[in-house]
Amino acid sequence: MNVLLMAERAMSALSAANLAIPKKMLAQEKEADFYIKFLYEYEIGGQKLYLTTTHVSLFIVTVLLLILFVCASRKMKNPDEVPGTFQNILELFVEMLGNMVKGIMGENGVRFVNYISAIFLFILFCNISSLIGLRPPTADYGVTLPLGLITFAMVHYNGIKKNKVKHFTNLFQPLPLLFPINLIGEFAVPLSLSLRLFGNVLSGTVMMGLWYGLLPLLVKLGIPAALHVYFDVFSGAIQTYVFCMLTMVYVNDKIAD
Amino acid sequence: MSNITNEGLILACSAIGAGLALIAGIGPGVGQGIAAGLAANAVGRNPGAKSDITSTMLLGQAVAETTGLYGFATAIILLFVAPLLGKL
Repeated sequence: MNVLLMAERAMSALSAANLAIPKKMLAQEKEADFYIKFLYEYEIGGQKLYLTTTHVSLFIVTVLLLILFVCASRKMKNPDEVPGTFQNILELFVEMLGNMVKGIMGENGVRFVNYISAIFLFILFCNISSLIGLRPPTADYGVTLPLGLITFAMVHYNGIKKNKVKHFTNLFQPLPLLFPINLIGEFAVPLSLSLRLFGNVLSGTVMMGLWYGLLPLLVKLGIPAALHVYFDVFSGAIQTYVFCMLTMVYVNDKIAD
Repeated sequence: MSNITNEGLILACSAIGAGLALIAGIGPGVGQGIAAGLAANAVGRNPGAKSDITSTMLLGQAVAETTGLYGFATAIILLFVAPLLGKL
């Protein structure tokens, strides 16, 4: 017996018992909605390109971040002697990010604080943007792969700057025989970084999409709040932390003395 | 059996493949559990180092999770992109 039939039977049983649950509350919807949607189509050089929901979410997240930054810099130009709520939060964030970078990279890493802080805030805002009804931009591989490639470029730029030719001869290090494995290891870094972020955020998005799309209205009251806390806030914050942490660990590997 | 279309067969096998791909979730579950258990052990021995232990544990767990996510990505691609349909 299939599930739909069972739901039908249960519904008729309920209505026979004259319970106060309206029929609409138990009706099943059949559209799971977690895809990237095309909003606008245009052509460049014969190639069809689309404006998608990812672009819109990215734009909104960026604007929100810019507003936050402008407000923050205005506030910190003439800070209060006794910090208020907003200033307290800003100081907490800056101190936390600074301590995180210094804790892993040591005094060497002070110049990376700006980059790590920026990328931390960006990924964090992207991950929790589904709380305001957007499709999280990081659930699109086209967003996370560039983030991984930036890390890749940073690792090798700093490695070449620090070790010159030794940066390449290190690939032959313990044994020349291990060169292919070392090479694969280097190229796996951006892939695994971006796939990890993408997979985690996408799994949350798919879960929420299935929950909102396939279940009757009755279980959509209240329960999704708990799911949002886990999938968006908790998982998003952890993945943000992990992305920044791994970036710092990889860069630190190359610039350590 | 004769009234199954080619597309139907491929979609059904893709769904079975997606289910099989998610068996990859067993490994990360066991690994993360071991890491969390050992971290709890370490905090019990040395409560002062709690923040260091927590960050190390989270980093290790995130790395251990990667293989599970590969399985998840495979399942998602099989289900929603259905690349094998193009090979007919």
